Amino acid sequence: MTKPWHEIVVEVLKANEIRLIPYVPDNVLKPLINAIHADPFFTTFSTAREEEAIGIVCGGVMAGMRGMALMQTSGFMTLPNVLASLPCSFQIPALMMVSERGTLGEFNMGQAAVWRTMRPTLDGLAMPWHVITRLDECEFITDRTIKQALMTQSPACLLLSPLLTGGKASPVRTGH
Amino acid sequence: MAETNLHRMHRFDLTKRLVAKLQREEAVIGGIGHSNFDLWAAGHRPQNFYMLGSMGLAIPIALGVALAQPARRCFALEGDGSLLMQLGCLATVATLAPKNLTMLIMDNGSYQITGGQATPAAGGADFVAIARGCGLRSAVWATDETDFDAQIDRCLATDGPHLIGLKLDDQPPAAQTERDPPQLRDRFMRGMGVKKSKLPG
Repeated sequence: MTKPWHEIVVEVLKANEIRLIPYVPDNVLKPLINAIHADPFFTTFSTAREEEAIGIVCGGVMAGMRGMALMQTSGFMTLPNVLASLPCSFQIPALMMVSERGTLGEFNMGQAAVWRTMRPTLDGLAMPWHVITRLDECEFITDRTIKQALMTQSPACLLLSPLLTGGKASPVRTGH
Repeated sequence: MAETNLHRMHRFDLTKRLVAKLQREEAVIGGIGHSNFDLWAAGHRPQNFYMLGSMGLAIPIALGVALAQPARRCFALEGDGSLLMQLGCLATVATLAPKNLTMLIMDNGSYQITGGQATPAAGGADFVAIARGCGLRSAVWATDETDFDAQIDRCLATDGPHLIGLKLDDQPPAAQTERDPPQLRDRFMRGMGVKKSKLPG
């Protein structure tokens, strides 16, 4: 039986010794967050803001504990200043995994608006990023993105597409 | 609590006093601006990290270091304006309760580096009271330089997390940190024992 995306991600994180996982929660990330909490391999906890999670990951990486911050699209877009001035400028392989809100059936206009700013921002930061859309590519993209970030001392971002996760369904019917 | 923090101290003097007490390769994270300028001026140590940008992240960076290396004591030097940008981190520290983390709040009541404008805390926000309200039981104002020395000794000898509030005057920094982020990160990682290199550093 095929593994779900979050089990694949947990295996890749462990294989690459990514232990420090601060997050600002998201519904789509819930199974991943639950799995990481259940596994003593990881040091994981929620933070008040995504900026805080990036600071913690950068401190951990510089002191020998690799890390990845988890968040959703709107949370990522609180980050450009700290990404530019901390992991990008200092060349710290801070990893991010972003659950993609705002596309492929989004019901919240605010999420849809902020989604349009994410890819231009990632490109503007000149930070490597990849979007994961298919289960059969999840392991390869996650593993290679992490390895390249570590080897090139660069932050990197992985976007979890609704094509992979199913996204967050609208709580109301359309047209009413 | 106000009666305990009436004495204004010099940031550079306190930074030198702190550094003089560090005998076990303790990590020190200097926050943006004058907090890390005076850390630099106090004499570079391989275990110092100087934050250039990312305002408000000195405590989160120090928390990451503290979690990664629980046997090493870590200090965060954070300004009052910076802390106001990231107050939520105090709740995170209280929840995780790292025994090896001490936070020094450099409170001069102003954004000194941008021209001395008053911070939004001018109405009376008390950072030690805020820290206690977040669940940090070991949070105190240092009443004077002698008390500061004693508080640092206590932080070096007992389990944290600790927070010390420092009321400062408006003395300018003693020097400016060299602005070369990859070099600063490289030296810090060597100082943390994480990076080995045959290149001189």
